[in-house]
Amino acid sequence: MTARLRWRKFVSGLMLTMTGVCALVAVSVLFFILGYLVYHGGTSINWDFFTKLPTPVGESGGGMANAILGSAKLLFLASVFGVPIGFFGGVYLSEFSGHKVAFVVRYAADLLNGVPSIVIGIFAYALVVLPFKHFSTLAGAFALGLMMIPITLRSTEEFLLAVPRALREGSMALGASKWTTIARVVVPAAYRGIMTAILLALARVAGETAPLLFTAFGNRYWSPGLNQPTASLPVVIYNYAISPYDDWHRQAWAAGLVLLALILMVNIIARVILSRGVAVPR
Amino acid sequence: MQASARPVVNVNLKPTGIVNTSRETVAPTSMRMKVSKVNFFYGAKQTLFDINMGIANNHVTALIGPSGCGKSTLLRTFNRMHETVSNARLEGEILLDGQNILSQDVTQLRRRVGMVFQRPNPFPKSIFENVAYGPKINGSSLPIAEIVEKSLRRAALWDEVKDHLHKSAYELSGGQQQRLCIARGLAVEPEVLLLDEPCSALDPISTAKIEELLVQLKDSCTIAIVTHNMQQAARVSDFTAFLLVGQLVEFSPTPQLFTTPGDPRTEAYITGRFG
Repeated sequence: MTARLRWRKFVSGLMLTMTGVCALVAVSVLFFILGYLVYHGGTSINWDFFTKLPTPVGESGGGMANAILGSAKLLFLASVFGVPIGFFGGVYLSEFSGHKVAFVVRYAADLLNGVPSIVIGIFAYALVVLPFKHFSTLAGAFALGLMMIPITLRSTEEFLLAVPRALREGSMALGASKWTTIARVVVPAAYRGIMTAILLALARVAGETAPLLFTAFGNRYWSPGLNQPTASLPVVIYNYAISPYDDWHRQAWAAGLVLLALILMVNIIARVILSRGVAVPR
Repeated sequence: MQASARPVVNVNLKPTGIVNTSRETVAPTSMRMKVSKVNFFYGAKQTLFDINMGIANNHVTALIGPSGCGKSTLLRTFNRMHETVSNARLEGEILLDGQNILSQDVTQLRRRVGMVFQRPNPFPKSIFENVAYGPKINGSSLPIAEIVEKSLRRAALWDEVKDHLHKSAYELSGGQQQRLCIARGLAVEPEVLLLDEPCSALDPISTAKIEELLVQLKDSCTIAIVTHNMQQAARVSDFTAFLLVGQLVEFSPTPQLFTTPGDPRTEAYITGRFG
């Protein structure tokens, strides 16, 4: 009996250690990546990195101001295009559609969410780049916006469905129409959750490279307006990382660090929004 | 309650000579709402059978009965809240001041016939914004702050909240939240206020406050209340309707229903033999 007990204690200890180590590995990956980026890219980050254009090959120094601005423009336009469609689609799904329609739209959104980003890129290439006959900010933003739609739509729907029925009835019993109730009670009650989801969707597409490769393409210079190819952080990282130049490698590390820091910041802001203020009970 | 102020009623105690068991016992002139031949269905399942009754003007009418008897369903038809359920169907006629409510604009109707629910359901907004919601969406001639104060006073909540009107409504206790919901309902100046078991989630002290409030409110408002608590019906109401499995068994002045019930089933229920 004691031998059996010892064996059981051993197995228990082994499993505890194993699960603990796995959990530790999961969290340490993030810190490992972060440390690696800081180690390799930290030294290349300076004021010039944020304010100057890239220098020609062989010349040291220079920065990625055009890629940072390009990424900002792409993300802004992608949100302008993707968020309203996702949001209002989610409102329709949660408040108006029947079970059948909701099932179909939900399923399609989940599938769209699973479409490989490179395929989204090809689609945007065929739809926007080919007719205009050149790469552009617009095409890149279109591809990223497409990727934001399913995430925004599904989370809007879920947060709206979580708003208790009692609140809707309370509003309608005061003579509010369905639209008034949705606009003034239901959406405000779910607002923080929806905001968080939008920020997380933004953080997700901020790091996408594949959809931009043949839509926004890349640019060594500023990209005025929306109708020209533009640099973006993920694509610059890709191009610099596969180049044979040490200087470009260092810059790619630095760009990676900046991109990761931005995404982490958005994530943290999203968490703060979600945890602040009073939540709707039940 | 002033017994002398009650309207003359014509009570038909015996079911003899009447085709169905539900009887009309209140003189029609005193009635604010009139329910006639109401049948109600959820899908194929009928839950109310040929209901005929009235809601007396500036009085409290209680709907009592065991769980599942249809009392809440009946109350919810009075401002057409039943329409929020997709497969609900209503037959018959419900009159408010002689006009059929089923052919009116539903948002207009609900401004005139307000509702307070079983569980307090304040919006996730400040105390002030909760009360201001109705006047804001409906438009109002008076300044909003004035309406908010007046409504909170009518709901006997003003003194407790006047110093923190901009705090979240969720910081109030359950009883205060329910009075806030009453204030929110009163802010649109409804002619009829429906209450669906408003005290079932509250402690006895909060319950007593709300009961006291209802008695005060009936001077300015017509009230219908669903309750599973017979003592509560006896304390606050002037008329009581007793429902059983979707049928209106008896509708009488409250003291009469509780002392000399006209139907053996009412007697069995109020003496606690079932329910």
